[in-house]
Amino acid sequence: MNALTLTLKQAPAYTVNCSGLTPNLLASKSVAEIADIQLNYGNSLVSVGELFEITGSDAQHLVFKNASDKLDYIGANMTSGKITVAGNAGAYLGFNLKNGEIHCQGNTEAFAACNMVSGLLRIDGNTGDFLGAGSEGLRKGMRGGTVIVKGNAGDRVGDQMRRGLILIEGNVGDYCGSRMIAGTIGVLGNLGAYTAFNMHRGTLLLKSLPKLHATIQDCGSHTLPFLSLLFKSFAQYNTQFSTLNTQRVQRFVGDAAYKGNGEVLILATKG
Amino acid sequence: MRGTRVIITAQNLKWAYHAANAMTGFATSVIGCGVEAGIERELPTDETPDGRPGVSILMFAMGSKVLMQQLETRMGQCILTCPTAAAFAGIEGEDKINLGKNLRYFGDGFQTSKLIDGRRYWRIPVMDGEFLTEETTGMMRAIGGGNFLILATSQPAALAAAETAIEAMKQVPNVIMPFPGGVVRSGSKVGSKYKTMFASTNDAFCPTLKGATNTELSPEIESVMEIVIDGLTFEDIALSMKVGIEAICNLGANSGVKRISAGNYGGKLGPHLFKLHDILNGNKS
Repeated sequence: MNALTLTLKQAPAYTVNCSGLTPNLLASKSVAEIADIQLNYGNSLVSVGELFEITGSDAQHLVFKNASDKLDYIGANMTSGKITVAGNAGAYLGFNLKNGEIHCQGNTEAFAACNMVSGLLRIDGNTGDFLGAGSEGLRKGMRGGTVIVKGNAGDRVGDQMRRGLILIEGNVGDYCGSRMIAGTIGVLGNLGAYTAFNMHRGTLLLKSLPKLHATIQDCGSHTLPFLSLLFKSFAQYNTQFSTLNTQRVQRFVGDAAYKGNGEVLILATKG
Repeated sequence: MRGTRVIITAQNLKWAYHAANAMTGFATSVIGCGVEAGIERELPTDETPDGRPGVSILMFAMGSKVLMQQLETRMGQCILTCPTAAAFAGIEGEDKINLGKNLRYFGDGFQTSKLIDGRRYWRIPVMDGEFLTEETTGMMRAIGGGNFLILATSQPAALAAAETAIEAMKQVPNVIMPFPGGVVRSGSKVGSKYKTMFASTNDAFCPTLKGATNTELSPEIESVMEIVIDGLTFEDIALSMKVGIEAICNLGANSGVKRISAGNYGGKLGPHLFKLHDILNGNKS
């Protein structure tokens, strides 16, 4: 069976809420039924058939072709299967993702992996602010799963993140790990200001030392055995993180302004 | 019985053994020690979770509560304290028991948890750096007290045969021989003339009592050694016994060993019977 493919006929003028298009929701539907599904489009509704050309039949692998940054909530609340986004995705990619895999081959807007619970989200391009954060009003962000970003990420990566793993090969903006509760964020590029701001617990694994504010305290250089376990777990994702092998790090702890016990680990350039 | 396996790693094998020897010390018999424990085997770096040299430990107790208590106590006093040592789950059992779950409080609030590939680890800051331990390990139903007796014409001959058997049996996975050097000289029978004693010396196999009791020994037997085996399954123990007995047989007629027997305690101890002839013939009892 071929993957169920939704090819965008033309770039939409307004944002489209795609949360109704996940493998688990489309599993038992015919092409005609899928074409009749109504999606929120700006302040009105539009049917799937009007927006997309529908081909293929295997709903366990859903492909968005010619995808645009107007397609919000792709993979929201998904519980199984795989989604491939050939192009860019809008905001809230993988919102509340519970299981399965989403692969975005382009860039995404803000709030990717928002409230994510489990599963795997891959973004080949750049992503906006609040990656892995919580939605408005929630006091917990991402609660599990793995996010891999090949490009750059915006501000507030992992804001209030509770659990899980975020690996970013590029640069990130300001306030990375802000209000982080637990989990692990790895960044191979550069970071903006106020990294680990109000961080409670969790780990920031960095390749370069950002400018840290006064309440992130230097605990010296150490060899940490747990890193071998962490690096071993990275191997399955086939990223630049798979090449890490030093257990030697400079360890910073904070945010002391928040009585925090989070850690910022700066990887040594030589093992 | 209940059994568990723990993997101990350290900077090198020397310190892994220091930790493992401490953890399995005073653990020869559940009667007096609470648990029976021993080192199962050495683990090369590609078999350990953290890529360091290590050893695997098997630990057995009469019930899950005792096993959990003993494991936590021994983890705290023997592994937490041992320089560079780390502890990991060595078995995926039907049930989970605490490994480092409560030890984390030693960190006094500075401890850190990491969930990696679905397994929770604790990093506890200690004076040599960080103590790393997995939160839980598996526990499964297991069997203890498999045994056989080596009857020989002299004490040196009996012990030499026992040592040979132990070296061969160490190559068998999933079993330990928990007594000193793997060998017991004080085999026991159930009961005693003294009301407070549940077990007492196995007088039928004591060579110095041949004329004074209902002996099981023929006149030429001067010494008897026992090997006790704990294992995760019946088959593991049976294989271990077969390997050990065959190693003794391979010593030949001049070894001084005249007979291999076993203590069955009149069938009063446990539901499992290891019938030596069946085991050596490869039949399951």
